[in-house]
Amino acid sequence: MTAEPILLLDRITKRFGAITANEDVTVSLAQGEVLALLGENGAGKTTLMNILFGHYVPDSGSVRVAGRALRLGVPRDAIDAGVGMVHQHFTLAPNLTVLENVMTGTERLSAWRSGAAAARSRLAKLAERFGLVVDPDARVSDLSVGQQQRVEILKALYNNARILILDEPTAVLTRGEAERLFDTLRGMAGQGLSIIFISHKLHEVMAGADRVIVLRGGRVSAERRTADTNQAELAELMVGRRVQRPVRAARPVGEVLIEARAADVPMPGGVPLRAVDFTLRAAEVLGIIGVSGNGQTTLAHLLSGLARPKAGQVSILGRDAAGLDARAMVGLGVGRIPEDRNTEGAVGDFPLWQNAVLERLGDPRFARRGLVRRGAARAFCADVARRFDLRGGGPETQTRRLSGGNMQKLILGRNLADAPRVLIAAQPTRGLDEGAIAAVHAALLAAAEAGTGVVLISEDLDEVIALADRAQAIVGGRLSPPVEADRLDATRLGLMMAGSWEGLADAV
Amino acid sequence: MRFERRERAPAVLVVLAPVVAVVVALILAGGLIALSGAPVFEAYGRIAIGAFGSKLAITETLTRATPLILTGLAAAVAFRAQVWNIGAEGQLYAGALAVAWFGAANPLGLPPGLLIPALMAAGAVAGMILLVVPVALRLRFGVDEVVTTLLGNFIVLLFVSLAVEGFLKDPMAFGWPQSVPIVPEASLPRIVDRSRLHLGLVIAAGLAVAVFFINRVTVFGMQSRAAGLNPAAARFAGVPISGTLIRVACLSGGLAGLAGAVEVLGVKGFVTTDLSPGFGYSGIIVAMLAALNPLGVVAAALFVAAMFVGADGMSRTMGVPSFIADVTVSLSLLTMLVALFFTTYRVRR
Amino acid sequence: MTEMIDLLFTVGLWSSALRIATPLIFGTLGALLCERAGVLNLGIEGIMTFGAMAGWLAVWGGADLWTGMAVAALTGAVFGALHAGLTVSLGLSQHVTGLGITLLASSLSYYIFRLAVAVQGTPPTVEPFAPLAIPGLSDLPVIGPALFTQTAPTYLAIGFAGVLAYGLFRTPLGLAIRMTGENPHAAEAQGLNPIRIRYGAVMAGSALMAMGGAFLTLAAFNSFFPTMVQGRGWVCIALVVFSTWRPGRALFGALLFAFFDAYQLRLQTVFGSAVPYQLFLMLPYVLSIVALVAMSRRARVPQALMKPYRRGER
Repeated sequence: MTAEPILLLDRITKRFGAITANEDVTVSLAQGEVLALLGENGAGKTTLMNILFGHYVPDSGSVRVAGRALRLGVPRDAIDAGVGMVHQHFTLAPNLTVLENVMTGTERLSAWRSGAAAARSRLAKLAERFGLVVDPDARVSDLSVGQQQRVEILKALYNNARILILDEPTAVLTRGEAERLFDTLRGMAGQGLSIIFISHKLHEVMAGADRVIVLRGGRVSAERRTADTNQAELAELMVGRRVQRPVRAARPVGEVLIEARAADVPMPGGVPLRAVDFTLRAAEVLGIIGVSGNGQTTLAHLLSGLARPKAGQVSILGRDAAGLDARAMVGLGVGRIPEDRNTEGAVGDFPLWQNAVLERLGDPRFARRGLVRRGAARAFCADVARRFDLRGGGPETQTRRLSGGNMQKLILGRNLADAPRVLIAAQPTRGLDEGAIAAVHAALLAAAEAGTGVVLISEDLDEVIALADRAQAIVGGRLSPPVEADRLDATRLGLMMAGSWEGLADAV
Repeated sequence: MRFERRERAPAVLVVLAPVVAVVVALILAGGLIALSGAPVFEAYGRIAIGAFGSKLAITETLTRATPLILTGLAAAVAFRAQVWNIGAEGQLYAGALAVAWFGAANPLGLPPGLLIPALMAAGAVAGMILLVVPVALRLRFGVDEVVTTLLGNFIVLLFVSLAVEGFLKDPMAFGWPQSVPIVPEASLPRIVDRSRLHLGLVIAAGLAVAVFFINRVTVFGMQSRAAGLNPAAARFAGVPISGTLIRVACLSGGLAGLAGAVEVLGVKGFVTTDLSPGFGYSGIIVAMLAALNPLGVVAAALFVAAMFVGADGMSRTMGVPSFIADVTVSLSLLTMLVALFFTTYRVRR
Repeated sequence: MTEMIDLLFTVGLWSSALRIATPLIFGTLGALLCERAGVLNLGIEGIMTFGAMAGWLAVWGGADLWTGMAVAALTGAVFGALHAGLTVSLGLSQHVTGLGITLLASSLSYYIFRLAVAVQGTPPTVEPFAPLAIPGLSDLPVIGPALFTQTAPTYLAIGFAGVLAYGLFRTPLGLAIRMTGENPHAAEAQGLNPIRIRYGAVMAGSALMAMGGAFLTLAAFNSFFPTMVQGRGWVCIALVVFSTWRPGRALFGALLFAFFDAYQLRLQTVFGSAVPYQLFLMLPYVLSIVALVAMSRRARVPQALMKPYRRGER
């Protein structure tokens, strides 16, 4: 079929200040095809799709849908042309109902009344046709993440999308939900829809797409039919060199540092922990694997001093966690890497040296009698920058100017510089490119080698398999029994993440 | 037209921002002066003369600037921590009332060196209480302190009216109700003879320097700024948010209360319901013009005071309503916001 | 004690409650509309003041009363455009911008008034709106004169409450406004323009606020004097929270509040000099704070309220 492609992105270039996000990128999509856009974080995939959908205006290049040029920078035009987007961070209003979210913007604003009844029945028909059932009167905040994604997809279909873009669609889904999603997508393609999905997960791309375009550093690095390639080739095309992520080596473990028995931890607005048991020993990496939204944040907050257990026993370095706040934790020698480095990890407008010591103001090295000891703090910051290869500025540089990878190095470094006894690392490589990921992994392993007990909370299977000495899955606020490294593989972890824990207890 | 965040705010722009803001405000206000039929440049000239043209003018401007420095500091301290203290007007009056209440007599026979600081402390505490309550309501119930402090202003003003007509009433004053005057030894000494300029100016300037050092050098300074810029990161770092914000409230409310105390101790000697021509609200403008910098507050307070004092004189001779000062100063708040915006963002076509 | 209860049955109490409520209804609805789109408009106190002055000045200059109201609404929309320009286009702090506009609009209104009207002993007056008796209904005992013999703007205010209630929840435009206030990125992703929607909502809301101010000078009283708004704008902001951003409840809240205010005024005559009148005058403000505290926990705030919307910046 050499018909005209249903979509053509032609020589798109987009710069943000000094950064070139897309350089001369050309992508075509045939009707009924499933195309994957593959690339590591920062490769320019989301920017490209945002240009297609009209969120951004490119510096040069054009977009043609079914042969007609699209007016750029106007989402309304993209929607009218049949382009629908399922965003990575859902564009939904939690306080409104499903029907309201779907209906927004679909009727003329000058109309005197909303055709809610007609909309409701149309939505129901669409939902049934594609197998995406959801209660139209449910408030979005009451829906699960998987259901919210269904609403996102329905919104696009309701707008008569014939090209569907999905940005990292499985980031928040379990393995089973992800498989169901791809079945749905394949079904849609069979019904004439054309689909692009963005991913950085190789197995997903291989299983779900007909064709894959690899982006690297803002340019198209390669194009392959998935039938003609394999994961290893794609990995190399994605990163450009054989990047070897460090892998754990066996080492003897030391004394118990953290012990939790039947602990309940409440979390208003989040997922509470119920009856969790885990143990962390010195020189050990304990991996906690789970799909986002299952209580990881609560667990990270518990171990960071931001949440207290309401029942059960949690002892950290010999002290009862119920009596420890963040300042006390740091003082005891607990290093903490927060989930979101921008909102929790650093104050963007502070100079680097202030972010280096903000959580250490209880330490007489950095503050005495209520006064900050600037010289010592600056020296500490310079030391961290040197030891962890921080690029992008010196102690007086404003922190927001740092790249994601460098900010993460600052956060890691300020904790590791003092040889902590415990390190809590929550999603430490989220949003980082391959080089930064390798650096973070190396630092975590080095810490374990030096005797630190590391709790690694992660959504990334490969990361946990590579680094963890033992792993437990977190599902719905509960922890599975631990499994030793030599029994860890993707299949077992996948099952654990889905809640199948029978027979695990004897696998220790 | 799109806006793009700059990588760093150029130092030149940051320093020039208040100057540009004031000039633009003066130009816009000039249009309003023209509307009244008066010649614009002459009007501005008279404002300048009215503010600085004689020894009396200068001392009047400085006297007027004194409470503005204090309310400006109050706003700057609070806003830096994202505590929206719009209640400086009420806190000022609370401080004034406290001083009037305790200063009407000196039963312990304290010398001025002890009495005056004690009274100022009372004024500061009164102001503190008035801000701590709204901030506590915010911490506990999530109630926006903007509205509670604003409503508080009206409540306090009514209470002042109640007091000067009731339990604080000076039986010897004719006409407008006022409080019993403070004892003579509680008065702040004059620092320039035959003028109203009093020691309060020195105290205010000294406090500006003190706040500057608190911000720059103390743990509290760093923590309160963190709490204002990024509460989530501050909480993660173990900064005690509630405690820090309460202390910010104490400092800010205390400074505003001091403004009232200093006005009573230094200028009037008693309290009336028109003690403050909006010092509390002007303090917000002073703080923004200074970009929340304590040392800049002194300069900004001088500008605002000069506008008001100068416009009074100009209005009498030229028939331009003296409200032009309020208009110009309010305009400069808005122009300053825009100027500050352009130090962080650049325009891209 | 019996006098306190007797007061409840006087026509005067209910009649004046509705009169006191009218500027509050206008102001609260206006602020509600702005906030539903995601913008906190603290310029309300100044916009009401300027509306009061502008409406009065137009009528004093020869226009009829409705033209005066329209002029006031127009000035409100202009200040609304200024507010939107600063907070929506530039993304400046909604708190500080609003305060700046309040200070600017107030001082500007005093300046222009002073230019137009020389200082004199008693300020000049205009002929205000006369009470409009609704045929039939106004003959009902007690509630007739109280509820159905109000000035036209009062009926207009109540009408607006209905319009807003219907508009926000049953029309596409209303849904678009609500979506903009909950998640402007979602609105944009559905092809809407959140910037234009916010501008429109803020301008329309500010026009309503200004009309509330004009009611003070064209119906409740008949002259303009500085500080006549007396914090009503801030009370409206509190009432928006109390109403959980629903126009029907806003109407109810304004009426409830006005009832207490009217009651408090009459209580002063009952208690005479036994209780200082200032305590009664404080009641409205204290009540507002109490209302805020009571509702703060439960309210479902529009999620994007006070968050500036910048395209492409997530």
